[in-house]
Amino acid sequence: MAEHVIKLPDVGEGVAEAELVEWNVKVGDVVSEDATLGSVMTDKATVEIPSPVSGEVLWLGGKVGDVIAVGSDLVRLKTAGEDRPAAATPRQKPGTPERRAEPPSQPRAAPEPTPPIPAASPVARPSPSAPPRFMGGTPRPEGEKPLAAPAVRLRAREAGIDLRQVPGTGPAGRITHEDLDTFIARGRTPWGRAVSPARSGVEEVKIVGLRRRIAERMALANARIPHITYVEEVDVTQLEELRETLNKEKRQDQERLTLLPFLMRAMVRAIADQPNLNALFDDEAGIVRLHAGVHIGIAAQTPMGLMVPVVRHVEALDLWGCAAEVRRLGEAAKAGTATRDELVGSTITITSLGALGGVVSTPIINPPEVAIVGVNKMMVRPVWNGMTFLPRKMMNLSSSFDHRVIDGWEAARFIQRIKTLLETPALIFTEG
Amino acid sequence: MKDITCRLLVIGAGPGGYVCAIRAGQLGIDTVVIEAEKLGGTCLNVGCIPSKALIHAAEEFHKLVAIAAGKSALGISTGKPALDLAKTVLWKERIVGRLTTGVAALLKKAGVKVVEGWARFLDGKTVEVATETGRQMIRAEQVVIATGSNAVALPALPFGGRVISSTEALALSEVPGKLVVIGAGYIGLELGMAFAKMGAAVTVVEAEPRILPHYDADLTRPVARSLRDLGVETLVGAKAKGLTAAGDAVVVEAADGRTATLAADKVLVTVGRKPLTEGWGLEAIDLDRDGPFLRIDEKCRTSMRGIYAIGDVTGEPMLAHRAMAQGEMVAELVAGENRAWDKVAIPAICFTDPEIVAVGLSPEEAKEAGHDIKTAQFPFQANGRAMTLENDTGFIRVVARADNHLLLGIQGVGAGIAELSASFSLALEMRARLEDVAQTIHAHPTQSEALLESALRALGHAIHI
Repeated sequence: MAEHVIKLPDVGEGVAEAELVEWNVKVGDVVSEDATLGSVMTDKATVEIPSPVSGEVLWLGGKVGDVIAVGSDLVRLKTAGEDRPAAATPRQKPGTPERRAEPPSQPRAAPEPTPPIPAASPVARPSPSAPPRFMGGTPRPEGEKPLAAPAVRLRAREAGIDLRQVPGTGPAGRITHEDLDTFIARGRTPWGRAVSPARSGVEEVKIVGLRRRIAERMALANARIPHITYVEEVDVTQLEELRETLNKEKRQDQERLTLLPFLMRAMVRAIADQPNLNALFDDEAGIVRLHAGVHIGIAAQTPMGLMVPVVRHVEALDLWGCAAEVRRLGEAAKAGTATRDELVGSTITITSLGALGGVVSTPIINPPEVAIVGVNKMMVRPVWNGMTFLPRKMMNLSSSFDHRVIDGWEAARFIQRIKTLLETPALIFTEG
Repeated sequence: MKDITCRLLVIGAGPGGYVCAIRAGQLGIDTVVIEAEKLGGTCLNVGCIPSKALIHAAEEFHKLVAIAAGKSALGISTGKPALDLAKTVLWKERIVGRLTTGVAALLKKAGVKVVEGWARFLDGKTVEVATETGRQMIRAEQVVIATGSNAVALPALPFGGRVISSTEALALSEVPGKLVVIGAGYIGLELGMAFAKMGAAVTVVEAEPRILPHYDADLTRPVARSLRDLGVETLVGAKAKGLTAAGDAVVVEAADGRTATLAADKVLVTVGRKPLTEGWGLEAIDLDRDGPFLRIDEKCRTSMRGIYAIGDVTGEPMLAHRAMAQGEMVAELVAGENRAWDKVAIPAICFTDPEIVAVGLSPEEAKEAGHDIKTAQFPFQANGRAMTLENDTGFIRVVARADNHLLLGIQGVGAGIAELSASFSLALEMRARLEDVAQTIHAHPTQSEALLESALRALGHAIHI
């Protein structure tokens, strides 16, 4: 019999610690070699930790949400001298972090010295009170005064409850303290209006992993960066015509073009004039670093939450290249296979909710960047051309800038330049 | 004199005003109360308390007179008793003194400042008080008017000389030989009976066709009988027209139009009370009226923001316990609590012999309100304790809804039953049904068993009748 200690491996370049986001095993479980023990998350990537040996779990190095230093003990297993077979089926090395390992079957009813660690949130807490019983009592006839003892009347008054609304279950329809409790528990619904019983109880959802990372970054961005948000409308009628034509003419192996590649290329052109928008602001050092390469983060919704895969060197890609990268990275992010490198290093970000884009949004900057361009929904709107109203395909851009380093005038100029480029798409392709 | 500013100013330290001020003080509200006469108001000084003291003394004396006359069935005998009314009045004054001192101490304990003097509104937030040492200005965020009421005078019989109000009647140094009481309401009958027991020859004159017109006839019948037994002459449907030229008799016009003269050493006029709405600057704030009273809503608010009114100045029933409950409520409202007047019943008691207690609706009132009712009464003649007290007149009556047996009213008439009024009120406030009372053990032997039995009787199964 021996104890095998599994330490938290170095999960990425320059990563000193990682957050435990999931345990697939608990103390007493028997695991086979290669079975997934749990997952940890670094900056943006989630990494599964496989078991290097077979054995029985003796100890876990933390609970979900804990941050663990690289190299510290993660799991202790009892290994050698096991006379019973490790019955767990070896798991395939997964490529999908969000898929949970099957708990290895236990050959014997192992006593559980510690309560099982919740494998995943949410943690449901049972309501302390019994569910409200069915309310008896018939509605009081019109004009009848509610009957209640003085203490009930006082309590109702202090709770702002009109006793006329409260059913009474006591003798002669008297309203009891319990009736008042039930009325409050049912969400203060009078007779006959409740279709389904009011629910009580609170579900606690622990914010861990990517969600916690998002929460921290959003809080930081919102707290530290004075955002200036600028909204402009863009007539994309011509662009849409061009996009349709290009999609019709495209080669089989080429990606179908969405609006994003055009916007990305337009941003590259605008950045050429205003390089200070493609920059990272190190506010502690007081330095803005203008990047020559345009690395555009594309905010993407994934089953785990918001992720921002990065299309690198957009200045060196054409439309089709942009489209291919956007698609590839988007899929990788959604599948959870995006590498850490694919999730960091952006210098400016686009956020687009597509059909859900709404009319206006107020994007939060992805720090330490200084600008984020938000794409709102495209829709046909009547546009006055000086003579008549014309149906035009219109789309708003809602963009935010770090006002510490970008002035409103600069922000406006940047968006106006993008507008011009998108409204006359030929300009995107014109050199110089 | 330096101006006073406060959060709450209470005008009048009667039962409404002083309770309001004490409660406000308890709630940490910076409170000032103004009183022109004595703390405790009418109730403590010239109303409830002194009259009850006098009634008790009269009862004690009357018992001894009856015993001395050999009328005791108890086997007790004694010599002819004597009454020194001046000493009785002194004893009464000591009780009043103790109570008013107590009120002063309670106000002080609650941190309430008392200003003595006559108050007059200058505007809705400013009151000027004429004190012994000069004019005192008081500015308050909120004001409670608790000025109370005064005895109503009859134009034909203005107060003065032989014509007295209850206030003077409670301070007489000797028992009048012949007392004419104008008005057979509860004040007139309480005092008239007391003086009759002390030996006065009493005649009661009432303009209405019967005595105690505010109570139903079933309740007043035992009192009428008792008046007869005491030798009190009762003239109903009769009007007092004034004193004779000599000033020693009252001219009364009887129901049939004939006039009679009633010789009188004292003429006690108790024809009601009127709200005190004059002399304190009501015209400066011009509050809405409700007849002679100040109009208030369910939170005792007047028509001017920040000005409340409580007690007799706000209307009937002009009873101390109503004022006290209003005062407490207003203090809590001023403290920011959510309160409103939602009392089911205000008990009314007539301290005649026998006493009358009325809480909630009488059978007639219940029917008028559209209720289908069940009612039953249980006589004290069937109550053991009443017999041992030599007081088996009267009864207790319950009035309940026929459909769900919810109690709508409880009334009674009988010696000493004022003390039962709390259980009557509690049953109504708790919204009890006949069954609730019937299922409650009432201690034996007590007069309260009559309540239990009346509830049982209404349910059709009284035990002791």
